[in-house]
Amino acid sequence: MAGKTLYDKLWESHVVREESDGTCLLYIDRHLVHEVTSAQAYEGMRLAGRKIWRKGSVVANPDHNTPTKDWDKGIEDPISRLQVETLDSNIKEFGALVYFPFKNVNQGIIHVIGPENGTTLPGMTVVCGDSHTSTHGAFGAFAHGIGTSEVEHVLATQTLIAKKVKNMQVRIEGQLGPGVTAKDVALAMIGRIGTAGGTGYAIEYAGSVIRNLSMEGRMTVCNLAIEAGARSGMVAPDEKTEEYLKGRTHAPKGENWDKAVAYWITLRSDDDAVFDAVVVIRGEDIAPQVTWGTSPEQVLPIGSRVPDPANETDPTKRTSIENALKYMGLTANTPIDEIKLDKIFIGSCTNSRIEDLRAAAKVVKGKKIAANIDLAMVVPGSGVVKRQAEAEGLDKIFLEAGFEWREPGCSMCLAMNADRLAPGERCASTSNRNFEGRQGPGGRTHLVSPEMAAAAAIAGHFVDIRTQL
Amino acid sequence: MKAFRQIDGLVCPLDRANVDTDAIIPKQFLKSIKRTGFGPYLFDEWRYTNHGEPGMDCSTRPLNKDFMLNQPRYRNAQIMLARDNFGCGSSREHAPWAIEDYGFQVIIAPSFADIFFGNCYKNGILPIVAASEMVDKLFKDCVATDGYRLKVDLEAQTVILPSGESFTFDITPHRKHCLLNGLDEIGLTLQHADEIRAFEAKHKATQPWLFE
Repeated sequence: MAGKTLYDKLWESHVVREESDGTCLLYIDRHLVHEVTSAQAYEGMRLAGRKIWRKGSVVANPDHNTPTKDWDKGIEDPISRLQVETLDSNIKEFGALVYFPFKNVNQGIIHVIGPENGTTLPGMTVVCGDSHTSTHGAFGAFAHGIGTSEVEHVLATQTLIAKKVKNMQVRIEGQLGPGVTAKDVALAMIGRIGTAGGTGYAIEYAGSVIRNLSMEGRMTVCNLAIEAGARSGMVAPDEKTEEYLKGRTHAPKGENWDKAVAYWITLRSDDDAVFDAVVVIRGEDIAPQVTWGTSPEQVLPIGSRVPDPANETDPTKRTSIENALKYMGLTANTPIDEIKLDKIFIGSCTNSRIEDLRAAAKVVKGKKIAANIDLAMVVPGSGVVKRQAEAEGLDKIFLEAGFEWREPGCSMCLAMNADRLAPGERCASTSNRNFEGRQGPGGRTHLVSPEMAAAAAIAGHFVDIRTQL
Repeated sequence: MKAFRQIDGLVCPLDRANVDTDAIIPKQFLKSIKRTGFGPYLFDEWRYTNHGEPGMDCSTRPLNKDFMLNQPRYRNAQIMLARDNFGCGSSREHAPWAIEDYGFQVIIAPSFADIFFGNCYKNGILPIVAASEMVDKLFKDCVATDGYRLKVDLEAQTVILPSGESFTFDITPHRKHCLLNGLDEIGLTLQHADEIRAFEAKHKATQPWLFE
């Protein structure tokens, strides 16, 4: 019999019961909650008179609606404020292990604070009403986004009704060149397999490039699994995982730490495990990536030209290219490094951790943003990241270069708060989605790494970061 | 949840691949703390020519006449015809809430994004995966024929075309049972509460740190 994959092991260790058609009741260890996708679930609980199954599994915090400046003014938009206050009252009524309300010193993006305080651990099942829950797979957890009905189901039963999906291994071998980051690995992979390439699969990332990534880098790669269509992405835990977790507030302590580590090292795909699909990419073949269209798969290495729909034979794809060029205000065959920008956004659950900010600060240190950049902003992923960055003087580097240094939150990744693009504005963004209207109605988003966004801020247009090193 | 058995419904085509949930229901409408009232904002940025905000009276907003929902021939459609990877992106259940609130009960596409696909079943919407060639044919027929309708029978897992031609579709027995009977999954799961408790006790004994 063939060995088991990491996903097989995580799945099997959480099956409460299985129906004859393969539908399982899966036990959930960690439930992350934010304000946008939870209100209707708590309301459903109240209407049905149901109790929360295990409040100790809940880690919650508002992030999507919270402003990133003028915190003394509170939340000015009354609808946003009501949603955040509704989370406050729901947590008060139903309970949680961790809750950081708006303006708490540790508040931040839910996918940044989970790992940061040790509430995301290897071997766990982690869910959240948010598709970027795949981030937590970086720790060797089975983590994925769910809808609000499922949020309610987990609150009431601590389980999900689910069927096992197929196994995909994405192996990034060799090594990355200077200036090439985890973000470029993820975007290049999406460019290769497409935004539906991972649909119906759980992805395990492996290979020497992944092993050499920091935990922050692994989180960036797993975060973007959903943009390849896979609900979950994961990396087997190793010494880096242990080193990252040791001593964190909610990480196991004492004897439990030793027991936990002994278990975690078993969480790897067996040598004879069989994957339903395998994708292999050489790290040396990956250049810094820039998306040019309105889907993350519409991505090219810097140095390329915007595609010409005339060269596409598939009619649906040709229409997609034409629609994207029209929306993005781009002409076919334009060199990507000639695309001029209006705004720069460094932040989001994809790229707002300390390592991302250090990398961007290194690029802008001692320089000024270009005259054509209307706004360049850095939004740290959490209060913890913000304080760490300030202790290292990164805030001053950004401010001196002309960036704004903001309070933590999801911010302009999805523009639910006041941070957004105006119609027609063009942004180099370290976030995860370049969909139409994502960063504001009519806004035009190009996804890049923090280093590439920083370099674009200085030049006023995209540049190959490798020429700046 | 409403039960779904069968419909004979008007079909509306949406000829775009990779339709994401940000397009289905833009973020400003996610600030609502209710489950209802999203229908008027379905595909807001494509459907209206001005910018929509929650609470707006949509009956007076300027329409994008080219958009399929605004064409008189597709008014009151109950079946949406879509392209590959429909519902990709954000996990927001507001997307199926908006689709259901508008009046769609069935979506037929060559493929769906996973989270959206699961969310549909929780809201009485039947997502049907059909072969690409069949979807191409349906698009062609639908655009060519005013008042084009399809019959969808969940019990028989069959879609019948006006020509009498038909095709079958897959659905798990669990999802079919819940949809046919409009069942509340939480109630069903809680019938297994003892098993969940037993699992939890065993899990706690082997990995106590998960419960600290």
